[in-house]
Amino acid sequence: MGTGGELAAVVGVGMTKFSATRGDVSMPGLVREAAQRALQDAGMEWDDIDAVVMGKAPDFFEGVMMPEIFLSEALGCVGKPMLRVHTAGSVGGSTALVAASLVHSGVHKRVLTVAWEKQSESNAMWALSLKQPFQVSINAGAGGYFSPIIRQYMEATQAPELIGCMVAFKDRQHALLNPYAHLHQPDLTFDQVVESPMLWEPIRYSETCPSSDGAAAMVIVNEEEANKSTSPAWIHAGAMRSEANNFPGRDEVNPLASRECAADLWRQAGIVDPRKEIDVVEMYVPFSWYEPMWLESLGFCNRGDGWKLVESGATHIDGGDLPVNCSGGVLSSNPIGASGMIRFAEAALQVRGMAGDHQVDGAQKALGHAYGGGAQYFAMWVVGKDKPAA
Amino acid sequence: MLERKVEAMRKVAIVAAASRQETKMLDTEVEMMIPLISEVKDKTGLDQTDIGFTCSGSSDFLAGQAFSFVMTLDAVGPVPPISESHVEMDGAWALYEAWVKFQMGVIDTALVYSYGKPSPGSLQDVLSTQLDPYYVAPLWPDAHAVAGLQARSLLEQGVVTAELLADCALRTGTVDSREEYFSQPMLSDPLREADCPTYADGGVAVILASEEKAEELCEKPAWITGIDHRIDAHQFGVRDLTTVPSARIAAQKAGVHDGPIDVAELHAAYTTHDFLLRKEMGLPEIPTHSQRSYPIKADTLMASGLLRIAEAARGIWEGEANRSLAHATAGPLLQQNLVCVLSGERN
Repeated sequence: MGTGGELAAVVGVGMTKFSATRGDVSMPGLVREAAQRALQDAGMEWDDIDAVVMGKAPDFFEGVMMPEIFLSEALGCVGKPMLRVHTAGSVGGSTALVAASLVHSGVHKRVLTVAWEKQSESNAMWALSLKQPFQVSINAGAGGYFSPIIRQYMEATQAPELIGCMVAFKDRQHALLNPYAHLHQPDLTFDQVVESPMLWEPIRYSETCPSSDGAAAMVIVNEEEANKSTSPAWIHAGAMRSEANNFPGRDEVNPLASRECAADLWRQAGIVDPRKEIDVVEMYVPFSWYEPMWLESLGFCNRGDGWKLVESGATHIDGGDLPVNCSGGVLSSNPIGASGMIRFAEAALQVRGMAGDHQVDGAQKALGHAYGGGAQYFAMWVVGKDKPAA
Repeated sequence: MLERKVEAMRKVAIVAAASRQETKMLDTEVEMMIPLISEVKDKTGLDQTDIGFTCSGSSDFLAGQAFSFVMTLDAVGPVPPISESHVEMDGAWALYEAWVKFQMGVIDTALVYSYGKPSPGSLQDVLSTQLDPYYVAPLWPDAHAVAGLQARSLLEQGVVTAELLADCALRTGTVDSREEYFSQPMLSDPLREADCPTYADGGVAVILASEEKAEELCEKPAWITGIDHRIDAHQFGVRDLTTVPSARIAAQKAGVHDGPIDVAELHAAYTTHDFLLRKEMGLPEIPTHSQRSYPIKADTLMASGLLRIAEAARGIWEGEANRSLAHATAGPLLQQNLVCVLSGERN
């Protein structure tokens, strides 16, 4: 069991305020804001860091090729090793796992990891629609890609039509508890969510994620260093899986890569019944229906029962026994390249007891989850308040 | 900064490699990579399901498409799903990520690949977008212009002479004589055509194996005895363009000086870079061994570094070298550098 190698823990977390346009900061300013907060939380200085691992989604989102190159100074990398990860939408999670691997392996003691996106610098629709020779372009955006998959889920499970709206309304309520969240809509009503324009049947406008600027950072350290911290989040498990976008018999609703990634994760963490043993979940839900779909795929319930968990209120921070996305989730803040790391970082904050108004009381174990591509890239981790059992 | 001594690290070896470089390749990235990945699998007899971890390196800006590596993953055929990662870097850094995974003790084999296909676009313009987007990129200096700036610094400070650059061009085969070199007009003053790289499309795939597995898969594994990478500052104004501290540190940390180097494969795209790297890494100014394929003659961004590692491994497999060095670089003017030392001896 365990991740392999040496123990590692998160001892510092930093995030920026997420918003449509962070016009007040440059790209270096944005990443530095998150990194500085993570260092401050960890009680460290730039010189204490051995290596930096940076992640973000496509470079076309800012129009800078391999921007980590010019961010070297802003992230205090000069003279140090720096890696740049890019694994589609799951990148924020993968980046955290690569940073953790530098510690698990014994190569480094203290690693800073940062993931970010500044979507306002460019135009995401342009970035995602560059025409390629010999390739069919669906020109439908991510919502257009995922809506048939969601319809397939609804048909297979006979889920009531408004489950997606319930998820969206819940996450926007959660966002009000998180000062960093992009969308703060205190006056939003459930009816307004239901009545919002239908973008890609069955996905309504209010059931989609916003386009955000923002960054998240963590300091990950080895056992010796973590023992000095008053509130480390110990990494109990970490797993990544990828599968092809297209092959005969592919289950797009519940991809095999997702199931195998989760199985590996629970095995490493020694978790038999995730519903009972996980106290809080931060999962990647860019379109509302992905909450019930991932709940099933991750094994929190039987197949076909995910929507029932949502309907029962189990995933609401107020009274739910399996609160999901207490931070407001991707539906409330979506700096794409950072979105996965925000999930991982929020999971760490929860077990450290530092999630503020969206803290789940007594959270012992939390799941951080991210996915990307055509639901084909997965990155997950489990963090705990206590050291993993030997 | 290394917590654990290199000697205590788990031994990892390169056991197979396959590569291809062409000036203007008609195949797509997937079509280019399928045969290379198949070749290394065939050489080792490994099936996709036997490989513990897969890691690749590439750039969306070369492919002209967001998430381009998602398409190329089809060349691996990840069905059933695989444990996989990707760096928006040269494949040499993908190899480093895999090497770290070996140190966690969770894998015994890994597939690493990378590729670049700059021919459909204007690489000189594309590389301008890698510069600081606020202060430098708006001026659109291309890669040769920036290299000229550095060459001017080197000449004016007397660190290098035009004659030394001519000798380097001669050695790397971009000219046939000194006379030919000096008869060339300036391309990016003070650099001539023979000092500057031409670009090629290409890809490379390698298989890594742990000490428990390597000898089963390869007669003479090329053992990684040291690997390290570092980055320098980006702003030209704060860099001394006549030095490359990151290459110097990486070479020290990778243990380059612990023994004689028989073959050095440097990712030097300009004659000035060849000179600077030899100086920073403490290698002889006049190499005793030439490289088999010189990046000045055919630089394949995102693959050149991993290709150097594959070539250094080939030197060991073919008995040409007992200890070889491979180097990879990224960013303008050798900003980021990786050094890998390979040995025919396991210990």
